[in-house]
This record gives sequence, C-alpha cells and structure tokens, in this order.
Amino acid sequence: MTALWNEIPRHGKWLTALLLLVFIAAPLVVDRYLLSVLVLVLYFAYLGQAWNLLMGFAGQLSLGHALYLGLGAYTATTLWLLFGIGPWIGVFVAIAVAAAAGLIVGWLGWRFGVEGVYFALLTIAFAEFTRIGFDHLGLTGASGGLFLPVSPTAHDWWNLNGGVHLFYYVALILAIAATLLAAWLRQSPLGYRWLAVREDPEAAQAVGINVFRVRMIAMLISAGMTAVGGVFYGFYYRNLFPSQIFDISRSIELILGPIIGGLGTIFGPIVGAIILTPVGESLTTFMQSSGLNVPGAKSIFYGIILMIIISLRPSGVWPWLAKHLRLDRPKS
Amino acid sequence: MSGLLSVNGVNKRFRGLAAVSDVSFEVQPGEIFAVIGPNGAGKTTLFNMIAGAMVADSGTIHFDGRPIDGLRADEIAQRGIGRTFQIVKPFPALSVEENVVIGALLHTATIDEARMVARDILQQLDLSAKRNQIAASLTLPDRKRLEVARALATKPKLLLLDEVMAGLRPTETDRIVAILKDLNRTGLTILLIEHVMRAVTALASRILVLQHGAVIAEGTPETVLRERAVIESYLGVEEL
Ligand SMILES: Nc1ncnc2c1ncn2[C@@H]1O[C@H](COP(=O)(O)OP(=O)(O)OP(=O)(O)O)[C@@H](O)[C@H]1O
Ligand SMILES: [Mg+2]
Repeated sequence: MTALWNEIPRHGKWLTALLLLVFIAAPLVVDRYLLSVLVLVLYFAYLGQAWNLLMGFAGQLSLGHALYLGLGAYTATTLWLLFGIGPWIGVFVAIAVAAAAGLIVGWLGWRFGVEGVYFALLTIAFAEFTRIGFDHLGLTGASGGLFLPVSPTAHDWWNLNGGVHLFYYVALILAIAATLLAAWLRQSPLGYRWLAVREDPEAAQAVGINVFRVRMIAMLISAGMTAVGGVFYGFYYRNLFPSQIFDISRSIELILGPIIGGLGTIFGPIVGAIILTPVGESLTTFMQSSGLNVPGAKSIFYGIILMIIISLRPSGVWPWLAKHLRLDRPKS
Repeated sequence: MSGLLSVNGVNKRFRGLAAVSDVSFEVQPGEIFAVIGPNGAGKTTLFNMIAGAMVADSGTIHFDGRPIDGLRADEIAQRGIGRTFQIVKPFPALSVEENVVIGALLHTATIDEARMVARDILQQLDLSAKRNQIAASLTLPDRKRLEVARALATKPKLLLLDEVMAGLRPTETDRIVAILKDLNRTGLTILLIEHVMRAVTALASRILVLQHGAVIAEGTPETVLRERAVIESYLGVEEL
C-alpha cells in the first residue's frame, strides 16, 4: 500500500488529499439535496469499482450485476426484519449469498465455454430468473415489496437507520475502501493474471495461468462487493421491490461510470460516477419539474452520453485526464 | 522412454483431414530438436498437442517421465514446458515488461521478484530499451522476441518455438540463433519448428521431417537433409 502511494507523483498526492478533504467536509457545506446526490456519486463509484474488477481487469462482461445487488439487499434486510440480525453482521451473509450466486453463474459460463456476449446474456438471464423468483417469494413480501420502518429522527448507525449524513459517510468509506482494494489488487500477482486473461486467455494459459480459476476469483470478489452495495441500497431506501432491484436498468446504470471513466483503471469508476450521477440527477429533477416525465428518457439520455464520450475518448475520461494532469504512472 | 519428451503414436484429425498421423519421437534432455516440413504438414498441430492447447485423438505424450496428454495447457506450463505461438499472442495493452512479468509469476511469489526475472530476460533478448512500450506497438520481429521472452520467463525445462525466425532479416536470425545457443548451453532443451534452414542447420542436433501429417525422415541434419524425400518436399521452398 505504501509503495502504491509512493508511486503517485507529488502533485497527485496533493490532489488526492484535496479530493478526500472535499468529500470529508462536503456535508458541512452542502444542503441535504446535494448531499443525497453525493451519496449516489459515492454509491456508484463503489459499485463501479466492484464491476470494474470483473470487466476492466478480468475482461468478463456482466450485464447482470443487479443479481448480486438484489441478493445482498434482500439478504441483509430480511435478516434484520425477521431475525433482528443487524446489517453489520448481515452484510457478511449477504456477501456469502451473492458470492455463491456469482460462482454458479461463473461456473456455468466458463466451465462450458460460454464466452463474450453469450456470457453477458447468461448474466442477464440469471438476474431475470431471480427477479421472477423473488416476485413470488412470500418471505420477502413477493412483488408487493419489502419495507423497513422509517423513523426520520433516528441516529442508529448500528442498525443503519438515520439521516443522509450517516449514509454519506458509510458510502464514502465504502468508495475509498473499494478504490484501495482495486489499486492493491491491480498490482498484485492476481491483478497481473487478470490482465493476462483479459488480454489473451490462450496466451495466459500457456504461461501457466488457470484461466477458469482466475475468472472465478474475480467473480467472487466482484459479486461479494456488489452485495455490500446492495445492503447499503436496502437500508438507505428502506424499500425493496424485485422489479426494481433486480431490473436490468440497475445492472446498466452501475456499469456506465467505469465505462465512461475508463475500464480497467483505478480512478475511472470514480471519475465516471462524478460525471454521470449529477447529470442524471439534474435530468430527473428537470423532467419532474417540467412535467416531461417520459418513461425511458433517462436511459436514452445515458445512451447518448455514453456514445458521445466513447467516440471522443474511447478508453474513457480518466486516462485522458490523467495525461493532462501528468498523473500517469511514472515509468521506473 | 528415457527422453525428456516422448511422443508416441500421436494422431489428430480435423474432420476428414489427418493433420498429424501416428507421429512418434523423443527429445533428449539438453538437445535442440527441430521439426521441419512444408506448410500444412501438421507441425503447429503437433506443438499444440504437446502444449495441451489441443487434445490428441490417440497416442501418448510423456514429459519428464510422466504422461501429460489430457492435461490443460496451464498444467503443462507448470510442469515445465514453455511455448511460443506462430501467430504471436502478446498481451497487447500491457507493456513489454508486464508481458514478461506475467510469465515470470509462474515461479515467483511477488511482482518485484518477477520484475527482476523479467528484466534479466529482456536484457538477454535485446528488449530492455523497449520494456516500457506497449506490446501492441512492437514490430513483428520484436513481437517474436517477446514471445520467446515471455515463455522463457516461466523457467521451462523444454521450450517449444514455433517459427520464431519467420520474417526476420538474416542478421536478426543470427542473433536469435546465438541467443538460443546460449540458452541451450545453460541446460535448456529446445524443440523448434522452423522454415529458415539456416537456423535449423546452425542449431539442431536432430531433425524430424513431417509431410501431410506423417514423419518422412528423422535423424541428424547431415543425414536427413540428404534424403531424397526431404529434398523433394522442400524443392523450391527453401535453399538448403
Ligand atoms: N483448428 C483447426 N481446424 C481445422 N483444421 C486445422 C486446424 N488447425 C490446423 N488445421 C489444418 O491442419 C493441417 C496442419 O496444420 P498446421 O497448422 O499444423 O501445419 P503447419 O505444419 O504448422 O503449417 P505452417 O508451416 O503453415 O505453419 C492444415 O491442413 C491445416 O489447415
Ligand atoms: Mg505452423
């Protein structure tokens, strides 16, 4: 970790420190609405990191991460509602459940040579089937939804029940932790093996890399991390509907940040979330206030942004930004 | 079965086509063994079966006294067989050094250690100056050298080289020949497929000639290259 920090050029350290300070101090200056937008920025930065491990590093496209998000959310909220098990313990069960689901998806795909687009379709199918399953699961309220009690004045961090400030700092810690984890993994032997498998699976095998195992580890970590995001979602919004949490739009919105920011980079998911989330939120506000609330308009809008940015900066905003800020890795 | 590698009655068919038929040979530890033959003779297919990239229809392959047929390519690499690809397969978006570091990770525990190994090998293959370049930006001769470097980084006992001299200028060929001789002197056994006869005669202690998937000659360069069948199959292909 210290080696990683030392690799950042001097002004990069200052910029990182400044950015951290801004995020830590933000709740002191911004209003509640803006703070709720920042919560989403951090939430998407976090999920972007999780997804980027699988896609950006290991090269496997999942369009079904809503599966792990939803399983995480439902597991922890159900444990709390039915058994009184708090989210700080429930989160570990949530991670285990989602990781197990990830392993099933990965095993079915990669054991049987389902690659590329077909693998992506498989991930969508799993999320959809699970949605249908939860639509009929009485234990969690089926399609009618699951609700956690809302008490506006609560300050109960142990049960993740409180105001936007609480969730802001939880999201901030999650985003920072995920970024550190991604940076650490990137320069570990495992990270190098992921890149090799992403670049050329056959050549990776020829240097002794077990492609299947390496992909499964990526899936395990990515799904587990996404489940933590799901726990956050469940306790933050305090209501869950299978048709929302398992929806493909959940899967899509969490991958846009890393794509726009820069696949396979450490800061891409953060930059992507910082760019995309406020734009998306202003659009929602604008559509609501102007009465132009056309269903699907947001998706089309995201699609357009994605096309523009990808045609201008095919490898994402962060590599370009890093070059201009002279923050690219110094070649030793 | 005293050899480092012994191939026994190996067959591979692609639909109707017999790409490799009933091929047997042994590579002794410490030698440089060449496989030659015209285009489509089945040389790469034979390599792919040894390296585990393809499964033989029948026959057995032993390495270091143990059967390796049926193992996955990564298991075979772990046993100590390194290979290059005729159609080069670098990790394109990664730097030259990172490419070789990944090879070295097979037997090192940390990136720092792997980097040390990689730098030595890059030095040996005259790629040091280009170590920070992205692999995709290399010229073909450099990519071929990178293939060799990455395979060497796995510290193989047996190195399979599939036409690493193709497309090189004679001076570059001579350089690679010298490098391979050096490596061989330090104990590395080499099995190479090569069209460039200048390299084959300079390196190989024994030669196997394939044609239409079958062995048509085997022996020392002096005897094999004098055989009628070999000369005929090569007529007009390469100067001897
Ligand atoms: N994956 C494959 N599927 C079908 N046919 C194949 C496959 N690989 C090779 N072949 C065929 O098998 C035969 C042997 O091919 P191979 O690549 O082993 O020849 P080679 O001796 O390496 O030739 P070259 O000198 O051109 O590299 C050829 O007729 C080729 O078309
Ligand atoms: Mg060939």
